[in-house]
Amino acid sequence: MGAYFSEIFRGLQSLATGLGITFKEFFKPVVTVPYPYETIKMSDRFRGHIELVENEEGKPKCVACGMCQRACPSGCISLASKSVEYEVEVKGEMKTKKKKVLTKYNLNFTTCSLCGQCVESCNFGAITFSKEYNLASSRKEDFHFDLLNRLKERNS
Amino acid sequence: MSLTILNAVIAVVIAIAFAALNAAYLVWAERRGAGRIQRRPGPNVNGPLGLLQPPADGLKLMTKQLVIPGGADKALFMVAPVLAMAPAIMSFVTIPFSDSIVARSMDIGVLMIFAFASLGAMSVLLAGWSSRNKYGVMASVRAVSQNISYEIPMLITVITIVMMTGTMNLKELVASQSGGIWNWNIVPSLSSPLMPISFLIFFTCSLAETNRAPFDLGEAESELVAGFHTEYGSMGFGLFFMGEYANIVIGASLITILFLGGWDCPLGLFPGVWWFLLKIYVLIFSFIWIRWTFPRTTIYGLLNLSWKILIPISLFNLLLTAGLLKVF
Amino acid sequence: MSGPIHIQPGETFTLNVGPQHPATHGVLRVKMEMDGEYIVKAETVLGYIHRMHELMGENRTYPQVLPNLSRLDYLGALGYTHGHVLAVERAAGIEVPERAEYIRAITVELNRVASHLFWFGAFVMDLGGFTPLMYAIEDREYILDMLEAVTGSRLTYCYYRFGGLYNDIDDEFIDRARAFIPRMRKSLKKYDALVTGNIIFRKRLEGIGPISAEMCRKYGATGPVARGAGINFDVRKNEPYSVYPEFDFDVPVYDECDSLARYKVRMDEMEQSLRIIEQGLDKLPDGPIMPKKKPKLIKPPAGDYYQAVETARGSFGIRIVSDGTKNAYRFKLRSPTYSNMSLFDEACEGMMIMDALAMMGSLDLVIPEIDR
Repeated sequence: MGAYFSEIFRGLQSLATGLGITFKEFFKPVVTVPYPYETIKMSDRFRGHIELVENEEGKPKCVACGMCQRACPSGCISLASKSVEYEVEVKGEMKTKKKKVLTKYNLNFTTCSLCGQCVESCNFGAITFSKEYNLASSRKEDFHFDLLNRLKERNS
Repeated sequence: MSLTILNAVIAVVIAIAFAALNAAYLVWAERRGAGRIQRRPGPNVNGPLGLLQPPADGLKLMTKQLVIPGGADKALFMVAPVLAMAPAIMSFVTIPFSDSIVARSMDIGVLMIFAFASLGAMSVLLAGWSSRNKYGVMASVRAVSQNISYEIPMLITVITIVMMTGTMNLKELVASQSGGIWNWNIVPSLSSPLMPISFLIFFTCSLAETNRAPFDLGEAESELVAGFHTEYGSMGFGLFFMGEYANIVIGASLITILFLGGWDCPLGLFPGVWWFLLKIYVLIFSFIWIRWTFPRTTIYGLLNLSWKILIPISLFNLLLTAGLLKVF
Repeated sequence: MSGPIHIQPGETFTLNVGPQHPATHGVLRVKMEMDGEYIVKAETVLGYIHRMHELMGENRTYPQVLPNLSRLDYLGALGYTHGHVLAVERAAGIEVPERAEYIRAITVELNRVASHLFWFGAFVMDLGGFTPLMYAIEDREYILDMLEAVTGSRLTYCYYRFGGLYNDIDDEFIDRARAFIPRMRKSLKKYDALVTGNIIFRKRLEGIGPISAEMCRKYGATGPVARGAGINFDVRKNEPYSVYPEFDFDVPVYDECDSLARYKVRMDEMEQSLRIIEQGLDKLPDGPIMPKKKPKLIKPPAGDYYQAVETARGSFGIRIVSDGTKNAYRFKLRSPTYSNMSLFDEACEGMMIMDALAMMGSLDLVIPEIDR
């Protein structure tokens, strides 16, 4: 008999404690950030899709070695290059040397898993993460990025 | 003669309008209250403070397609939502908001309100049964047993109060509690020392009768998708939704009239309709507060609570009050 | 057939707790034969989210498989990556610097707290209380913001590398982690008062969903499921790996075998994880985070290697059979939730559906991990 009443009493007490907690939380400020009107600053190391890094002349640092293409697990990087001859002075004589120049650097973002293997495998520091998170579209083609074009648009 | 008929018609129309407006804007109040308890804003996009959200929701619900599952019993399927909303609105006709504001004061007011409440219980049964959906049938079976078990302690408590006051007319029930907080029915007196417990019992039973958490097994969202209203879209769902909130307002008004003195001021100074409205809204806030704090009970926990705890205590209270009334 | 369903007493009907359901966390189908509210027989159907991670492990080189492990169990991703990285390091014989080991332990424990917080919120939401989910997610946001400032992602971290870490932590992380610990302790007290002591919650869980120790051994259940049945087995204590022998922490074990015991095991585990984080931050040594001599191409010698780690859901094992080339020959993932889930069919016979779903919530299932 006593257990019957004490259980009821303790039950009511636990309910009242719970109600007290939610009542206190009622008066605390709201945690939500009203997104389109206010945005949060992204941290420095945030991983958006990769972008090409430029050197002082505005040209990409990439030498088209293809390490990033080989390191990617999903095969979303495709690049192409062409050999260009240029003149350089060596011991007073003009010699022609060849170097590779990047002609195409495409990223298929629909299969990218943002793992960072490409950025890590690049020995020249030519690619880095961007801070883009506001990506939404209704067509897949919008996410096949042409990174060379994007670099030119950023520079102009 | 025509003036009294005109008066009566206007009074009924105002009662119905009050019910419908409350049902619509209580949705807003619940969503914002729930939001603040959970540290988020609640609706704040449509209109200032989200006040245009209920009309927007109503418009959306009205323009959707009402899908009736093939093989469902068409007549019962269409009747069930109407049966959820209509009795609640009808009960508003007898509720006195103040000494002079009542649509139609009846001598059997209490009896009429409970008669209509039982009709509301039937709508849950019809909705689940006629949708030809296993989840709906299971939910309505649970909801019916819940409704029956919780009507009993509610009625026993009401009998106790009617016994103390001697009348079933709602206006006179309130008038007998006038004069300040020490006259209210919730305060224990020599002839009825267990009144606060009666108040708790009646409060719990109204939570259960209106299918509110922690007793919302009929619409247990996480287990049975949406319970008895799984198959209802568009205005069917809208009517269930609004009917639930209209029932909540009726429940809160009943508690105020029976226990908290209706339109009486705590100090006995300026009785009026504003005290009535204040008390209703404080009670409705506590309904919302309780819903968002506690988890759901199991079906046998719910039935145990009613048959093993609430009914014995309320019966004991009835007998005690009857005995003590003879003495004092 | 027209007209409503007629249920005769003694007849059973089939209820499909289908792939799309609010209570099964992920795509899981349970075919239940019901007699009114009671379950007569249940049969789980898996495979709706099979993504062939093990085959991908055979077709890719070792570094290329790293992002896959985070997608297995996205709530506790760092624990799984830790297992993989330890297995490959054992296979290829790579030495890990001490600072990297300590940072790995700290971040794994932070991730464990985040995973348990999410489980707590979702479990109480299954039972009908919607508010603790919001409080738990707010606490979890602190952890996710901390880890984002270090690694760059919030959920599928690709943070560990063979031999160490991707990048180092800075002082800001240490300060934030130290500030987080007392805050989390206060929150745990709040959850205790709001949820654990609540009588409705207790009546929902006490004595419900009994899973005995014998059943756990039969199906190979590990983790909080086994520790809630009285089996004292934690991979961090029984088969220690990494830097865990240096930490002083307890393993909570409860004997009652019901859902409330499993719940209490996880709440206590959160407290013990906070202790480990505190000790880790105190003992953190200076030094490099990657070894000096790291092989360019990882080609472990031919053999069979196995490593088990304790994740939030149980003992995760990874077995790598290598044949000396740069791809693995066989990449086997032993998922703890698969063993935990397989005892559901036998355990839920004769229960009411509400209790069965409460038990399923207490098993802490993440379906992508079952189907891999």
